[in-house]
Amino acid sequence: MHKIWLIIQREYLTRVRKKSFLIMTFLTPLLLAAFMIIPGLLISMSDENETVMVLDESGLFQGKLENKKDLTLVFVSGTLEQAKEIYKATDNTALLYIPKLTIDNPAGIKIFSKKNTSLQTKIRLENMLEKEVENQRLVASGIDREMLKGMKADISVASISLSDEGEKDNDAIVTSGAGLAGAFIIYFFIFLYGVQIMRGVIEEKTSRIVEVMISSVKPFQLMMGKIIGIAGVGLTQFLLWVILSSVVVTGVQAAFGVQATSPAQQMAQGQIAATGEEVNGEETEEEASKANSSDEIASLINAAGNLNFPLIIGCFLFYFLGGYLLYGSLFGAIGSAVDNETDTQQFMFPITIPLVISFIMSYSMVLKNPDGPVAFWMSMIPLTSPIVMMVRVPFGVPAWELLLSMALLVLGFIFTTWIAARIYRVGILMYGKKVNYKELSKWLFYRV
Amino acid sequence: MSILKIDGVSKSYANHTALDHVSFDIPAGCIFGLLGPNGAGKTSLIRIITQITGADSGEIYFKGERLRPSHIKDIGYLPEERGLYKKMKVGEQLLYLAQLKGLSKADATSRIKAWVDRFEIREWLGKNIEDLSKGMQQKVQFIATVLHEPSLIILDEPFSGFDPINANLIKDEILQLRERGATIIFSTHRMESVEELCDNIALINQAKKVLDGPVKEIKDTYKTDTFQVIGNGSLMVLSPDFEVLEQHENHGVLRASIRLTNGSTPNDLLRYLIDRIEVHSFVELVPSINDIFIRKVTETHHA
Repeated sequence: MHKIWLIIQREYLTRVRKKSFLIMTFLTPLLLAAFMIIPGLLISMSDENETVMVLDESGLFQGKLENKKDLTLVFVSGTLEQAKEIYKATDNTALLYIPKLTIDNPAGIKIFSKKNTSLQTKIRLENMLEKEVENQRLVASGIDREMLKGMKADISVASISLSDEGEKDNDAIVTSGAGLAGAFIIYFFIFLYGVQIMRGVIEEKTSRIVEVMISSVKPFQLMMGKIIGIAGVGLTQFLLWVILSSVVVTGVQAAFGVQATSPAQQMAQGQIAATGEEVNGEETEEEASKANSSDEIASLINAAGNLNFPLIIGCFLFYFLGGYLLYGSLFGAIGSAVDNETDTQQFMFPITIPLVISFIMSYSMVLKNPDGPVAFWMSMIPLTSPIVMMVRVPFGVPAWELLLSMALLVLGFIFTTWIAARIYRVGILMYGKKVNYKELSKWLFYRV
Repeated sequence: MSILKIDGVSKSYANHTALDHVSFDIPAGCIFGLLGPNGAGKTSLIRIITQITGADSGEIYFKGERLRPSHIKDIGYLPEERGLYKKMKVGEQLLYLAQLKGLSKADATSRIKAWVDRFEIREWLGKNIEDLSKGMQQKVQFIATVLHEPSLIILDEPFSGFDPINANLIKDEILQLRERGATIIFSTHRMESVEELCDNIALINQAKKVLDGPVKEIKDTYKTDTFQVIGNGSLMVLSPDFEVLEQHENHGVLRASIRLTNGSTPNDLLRYLIDRIEVHSFVELVPSINDIFIRKVTETHHA
């Protein structure tokens, strides 16, 4: 045990003291901050007033289109050629040309501009014109717009879960967000640090230190020491990210006066944007829906508060470590079987596949039906359970399923570690041999 | 008293036999040459002694006990393929390897200090291994091998990669280690390189032990009582006590190989020669280990 502890220390310390580790650890929160600040800055920079000249030959829109706070419309008269000349002499954003048309056939509208018109400006103009055409059509068919508005309905459904502990607000967005975030971190961590284990083994092999090492320690100790040491590195980095990110985010919010939002709230906002509010130019409705969505955010936060956080965090840590140990030993075995990193491809493939599939399935199937058969089986199989079960946990999973899945994961990583150790002990002393699966399977039964 | 007793050790891999019932003893306190051509099975045997692998059959006894993991701390091993962690500092690396051999941190630190002073490499301690030249790395690795003061030191091809000056330095260190009671096993295919150092040897060829014992006894067994004579003059007739194997004269210098027969002694030959030619040199032609090896191998092939 003493020796394995020495190995863990070395693996941990040499990595944590590397420049690349420090840079990654400190740069990531800064990048996160940058992602928060830069879009805001960009928006405020492009927030200048635009002036669009309008030549309306149809006369349908004259005086009907309203100026917006950052978009001024200037109506001009004369021919198109004249208007173009005037436009060229100004620094107006664009020239909107409306030919003679009827509201039944509003075709042939053009935008002239010196630079390419931004999509945003184009959509806004289109929306304004569409709205006006619709208005006029409504009037023509004798319907009042106000009356129409009064007929529209906006319904938001509050979902409440009934359980033994009483009623709780719950929200599919928050629940799936929490699960997916956990699953993604596990997925990312397994890849990032699994590959580090593999590289570490290859490095020991190519630098030929390995023979010196295993004349002092058992191959199994060397392998486990490396896996555990690197897990420590990963946890350290993860923890530092969480701490530094919250420091940076708080700092940014303080400095830029951004409305203080909790991560859950940000996540919820992101989700709303992703699910897509329909972009429409009708500012009044936009505002209404904004008010609506801030109500929704409040209920999301409420729902987030109702998630069983101790359980989720506990499961996260368990599946985080379990998944890492399961895959980590396999990555170690791959490293031992090859002479350099380019040879790892053929063995990486079968390890990558279950990880990628479980992540894709989580997104496409498990979220939709967290208690369905696909979700159930994938959360039992140790190769996929760390990711799939993590997605399911926030939705509530029966205790027996959770315990069975955990037990299977423990058995799974004991098994993969056993296999990996048997490949490893042969592989680390094997040089200059192109290894295939048949060869690897023989190694399992070698007497060493 | 033997420090290591190898008793009927066999080891085979998927498609070849590396060791075939090899047995011999290694006396304590000697320099022992484990000799044989490439691929003879030397490294396989060493890996079994260092417990990197296990034997298929047979036993190894270390100081009279069956070899077990706790013996690791009493064995030092310098593999043929040298290697250290490239991105680790010399001092940290030595400390790490010594601790893995079971040394306490304090002991290891003070011994590292003594060794770097001895080799005058104190200023290397803070350098990364990858910044050192190959020869320097070898020195560091040699220190790592002997730092825990093992009673058995195994050196696989120890002089490859050293320049002559450093090779001599290492040679001196090896002799000193023996003075202090350590047993040293040399493994090499370049037999002439260790002949002068070794007290005992074992020859291995094609997985089998061909020959073992004290170097002097082996040479005595294989010597042919042949002497090389250099002098002025010419040898015409010889007595039945001596047989001239070959002779030639060049610019008045005579070179001849003469074998004693009928139980005559070297002095008889010398007296006989002094009466006839001016003797400049009179040397017994002792077979080299290499010669013996070749003879032994061809013998076994023909047998």
